[in-house]
Amino acid sequence: MKFGIVTFPGSNCDYDAYHAVVDALGEEAQYLWHKDHDLRGSDVVILPGGFSYGDYLRVGAIARFSPIMREVVAHAERGAPVLAICNGFQIACEAGMLPGALLRNASLRFVCEAVRMRVENADTLFTNRYDRGQLITIPIAHGDGRYMADDETLARIEGEGRVVFRYVGGPGDADEWWSPNGSMNAIAGIVNAAGNVLGMMPHPERAVDDLLGSSDGMGVFESILSRVAA
Amino acid sequence: MSRFRVAVHIVPRRGLLDPQGKAVTDALHTLGFASVKDVHVGRHLVVEMDASDSSSAERTTRDMCTKLLANPVIEDFEISSVSTL
Repeated sequence: MKFGIVTFPGSNCDYDAYHAVVDALGEEAQYLWHKDHDLRGSDVVILPGGFSYGDYLRVGAIARFSPIMREVVAHAERGAPVLAICNGFQIACEAGMLPGALLRNASLRFVCEAVRMRVENADTLFTNRYDRGQLITIPIAHGDGRYMADDETLARIEGEGRVVFRYVGGPGDADEWWSPNGSMNAIAGIVNAAGNVLGMMPHPERAVDDLLGSSDGMGVFESILSRVAA
Repeated sequence: MSRFRVAVHIVPRRGLLDPQGKAVTDALHTLGFASVKDVHVGRHLVVEMDASDSSSAERTTRDMCTKLLANPVIEDFEISSVSTL
């Protein structure tokens, strides 16, 4: 299976995503330049983390108009998988591939730390290798990760089981919802209505090796592989 | 065709948590500006453009706001002035 990893000017997690796919998962990966007009046969597209276009205007706002995004949106509309991580999640929201938006963290601080999340839906293309309710630890590293949507949208995505990851723990370390960035309902990751686009602020590609703290992110890549290769 | 300068204010939607606005409010209170009730931090854009008349310049800028300059999920915009250059 071939993963296409988009490099925007300012992307900085594209190499980590490549490492996760090629070295950890053992699949093929290629970089796709933001000016490209062709996904070159990619089965899965990854929109990686970073600070595309310097976060000018709003996070993700300019990247959305990169030539490659036309192809990425078409790829998603065909039902093919798109994994949008961190800045990729922000871009996917701006591009209308996912509902809502990501705002400045409520603390106004950039937060870089491993956080605990609960897998809320283990039936998706991206989470079928996890168990529902499983607690996983994956790093976050962002200043603009506060998920926000209007009440109607929020009720809809909750009702449809589209909130796939939720932050839990924090001070006191309970199973309670707890958001390191002030996200509504402690939302860490959501899927689109068709279930083929996942946006998440935490970085699964940085959690693919126990030596580096956690391999809990591998489940995302293995889930995609099991579903798409099947 | 004439040249216009269009100024746009973009602010967080009312009612949304605006931590930057809150931080500035707190800082103003610390400085002794006790009368400050609320601050919202947004962006101010100045667009220079050619258009047939000022209403056309305003209409086009409005279109730019809905497509790129503001995100309707989180922001409101207001065209604060249109002037001839």
